[in-house]
Amino acid sequence: MQRNTSLSRRSFIAITGITGTGFIIGLNNACKEAPKVANLSEVKQWFEFTPYVNIADNGIVTVFNTKPEIGQGVYQSIPAIVCEELEIPVESVVIKQTGGEKKYGPMQFAGGSYSVRGSYNDLRKVGAAAREMLIKAASQEWKVPESECYAENGEVIHKPSGKKLGYGALASAASKLPVPEKPKLKDPKDFKILGKAAPRPDIPLKITGKAVFGIDAETEGMVYASVEHSPVFGAKLVSVDDTEAKKIKGVLAVERVTRIIQKYRSEAVAVIADSYWTALQARKVLNIKWDNQGYDSFNSADYEQKLRDLASKPGVADKPIGDFDKAFAGAATKLEAFYETPMVSHSPIEPMNALAKWHDDKHLEIWASTQVPGDIRQSFAKEYGFPEENLTLNVMFNGGGFGRRLYPDHVHEAVQLAKKVGKPVKVIWTREDDTRLGPFRPMTFSAMKAGLGADGKPLAYQHKVISPSIGDADSDKFDKTKPDGTMLEALNDQKYEIPNMKHPYVYADLHIPVAAWRAVTSTTLSFPHECFLDECAVKAGKDPMAYRLELAKKDSDLFRILTKLKEVSKWDQPLPAGSARGVGQYEFFAGHAGMVVEVTKQGNGVKIDKVYAVIDMGTVVNPDTIKAQVEGAVAMGITAAVKGGITFQNGQTRQSNYNDNPIIRIHEMPIVETHILAEGGEVIKGAGEPGLPPLAPALCNAIYAATGKRIRKLPFNIDNIV
Amino acid sequence: MPSFKLNVNNKDYSVDVDEQMPLLWVIRDFVGLKGTKFGCGISQCGACTVHLDGTPIRSCMTPVSQAAGKKITTIEGAEGNISEAVQKAWIELQVPQCGYCQSGQVMSAVALLKNNKKPTDADIDAAMQGNLCRCGTYMRIRQAIHRAAEMI
Repeated sequence: MQRNTSLSRRSFIAITGITGTGFIIGLNNACKEAPKVANLSEVKQWFEFTPYVNIADNGIVTVFNTKPEIGQGVYQSIPAIVCEELEIPVESVVIKQTGGEKKYGPMQFAGGSYSVRGSYNDLRKVGAAAREMLIKAASQEWKVPESECYAENGEVIHKPSGKKLGYGALASAASKLPVPEKPKLKDPKDFKILGKAAPRPDIPLKITGKAVFGIDAETEGMVYASVEHSPVFGAKLVSVDDTEAKKIKGVLAVERVTRIIQKYRSEAVAVIADSYWTALQARKVLNIKWDNQGYDSFNSADYEQKLRDLASKPGVADKPIGDFDKAFAGAATKLEAFYETPMVSHSPIEPMNALAKWHDDKHLEIWASTQVPGDIRQSFAKEYGFPEENLTLNVMFNGGGFGRRLYPDHVHEAVQLAKKVGKPVKVIWTREDDTRLGPFRPMTFSAMKAGLGADGKPLAYQHKVISPSIGDADSDKFDKTKPDGTMLEALNDQKYEIPNMKHPYVYADLHIPVAAWRAVTSTTLSFPHECFLDECAVKAGKDPMAYRLELAKKDSDLFRILTKLKEVSKWDQPLPAGSARGVGQYEFFAGHAGMVVEVTKQGNGVKIDKVYAVIDMGTVVNPDTIKAQVEGAVAMGITAAVKGGITFQNGQTRQSNYNDNPIIRIHEMPIVETHILAEGGEVIKGAGEPGLPPLAPALCNAIYAATGKRIRKLPFNIDNIV
Repeated sequence: MPSFKLNVNNKDYSVDVDEQMPLLWVIRDFVGLKGTKFGCGISQCGACTVHLDGTPIRSCMTPVSQAAGKKITTIEGAEGNISEAVQKAWIELQVPQCGYCQSGQVMSAVALLKNNKKPTDADIDAAMQGNLCRCGTYMRIRQAIHRAAEMI
């Protein structure tokens, strides 16, 4: 138990105030006002209860949030969990974003739909422990039994006498008590905050231009950099002629810099200037020679053909169930199909950027939109040779994550350049840099086989995946002889009763960074997995929903999701001529959702009328943010299904910006009706990713039902389906 | 370097910059208002939307020379009953997720409602098509515009 002195804590607040790092108090919904921080000036002393909760002498509570805000709503959901048990309104807390500091533990990241599901049980204990400490302190002060006291609305109350003491008055004494290891948690039926829709405190900031994203960070004396990377992946830098660039007024330096991403390191050239615009102009007149190492002959068409050819290889299967080969050989009806998905970009609207300042050779400060503060602290300390605690990491609001900001390559560039020029450097990638350089979601190709029994049900199901590997891109130590769990993600977790299954993986090498993208490999594997099951249903002459319900294990979440989907989509009621429905679902590490998509024929294509989504959560913190995540996943899923994708020619990415790598616009967004299954109890699932995998299969199954055309390759042109 | 007189949110500024420098970077790095965002640089995403004499423009492709002498309104200067209604509706519907594109979304929505008090879905599609949102908040944007129209 450590008491924080007034001085250290107050200076800490002053620093955050200056840099604008996510420091927010209250749910101030008045449009024009920033959240109030007035009471902070009255604070003389802060008292630490646990690393995650401090209480000030005037009763203000600070909740330390280890999850970067990437749009998933953690500035509401994380404090809500603590506040529920601590018996204070969410409006009365200060939220402090942590920066990977050791004391806040190893889980300081936003990824895997993990922010809430990974914090829920622990943070309830954090809140409950502080509550019990406050109650104990009050009972000692009043010399009454703890059992006669309770906490409510920031005060401890002595029930028989009605005496009250605020948390501020109790903070000093309470913080000196031992932290209870097993505090008593509230009965969920008494919840005042959790499970109810509540507004997010960051929203007023985000509609008034006051939210500070990474790209908005400033520090005194900072200069700007734009970096020219090799257009051809795998090329080596030979020489730089910066004569013309250096003639431009405002250009301060031209420096080499190393892009570090996954297992890859590549040299690039940065222009540093007194304004970003100047750096961009000077970058255009750099004369750089690259040695393409033969990679300039690489193109997507050949690579895709290579994947198709590799489908004949047996691959490495992960945990086969039953005997697929035997059951398939003996099946009355056999089906085979080949499905293809594209590489895609993350394309968050805030381009990659970072600001870095070396205070001296061993003390670094970084301002960044990042999903991985914990990883940055550890890996940068190692890379640049200083103790971890010497890094000040200001985690800013992320202008979108989607997995891209799990990779801090652009942060490395700012750090290296700041050291080279001896000034704070802000690196900002252009949209073209962001689109062309990856890392990308890998494409997966799938060779599907099924053998149906006399009743039409699948006796044997094989989903063979042929693709480059994220694990291989991540590390030189990747073992190709072992089953690649990431590239076969969750194929064995679908709760259909199919007695014989085998899901082999065929590795394809690639020199281009491929990486986690929202919902990782489940976003591509769900498409063949659930569309081919539809093909089986059609072959068996059965309704796709009824077929799935027959196959689903009766006590499974899958069964409950499908049952709910059937009900809310009114599956059994016919739609007008030209309209049809399709269903899809996928269960994976992040959670589980299913969707019914309704489409109507329009010209040679279809229009998406409506999406019904059912997401299984177990336990809910904020239903409104869960719905928002599902709506967003639908939008992203549509883009990945019907828009361009990333392709390569002459070793280079062909796409460059939102004009040739489009994402859906407002007129392409359907109505999404989201239903949440929440049975309560211990289980809590993720919300950020599960809405993605079901979209493409549900959409393509609907298109088949409406048009008779079976789509087996993404992306496709939704206005002209062939 | 030429000097330009700019009026941003009813305040006068004088900046010495290249005449081709996009208004976006002048607003962000010389005037110092960071609410207007960089997203694409080619008028594809709308994150940089500001009003020039009341009309929404993409500041990432508008040279500063074209904005001199005109009234520039950024998200920080969004005022009046329409802006307030839009922002209230945005809170009511909890529109933003990451929030990065929302300055531009709000500026486009305010411009729409200034000219059209009761926009239809088709009007919203036409006015808001230039503003991308990677988080996919489009459904709530549409609902919030209808809600703001009710409040005005």
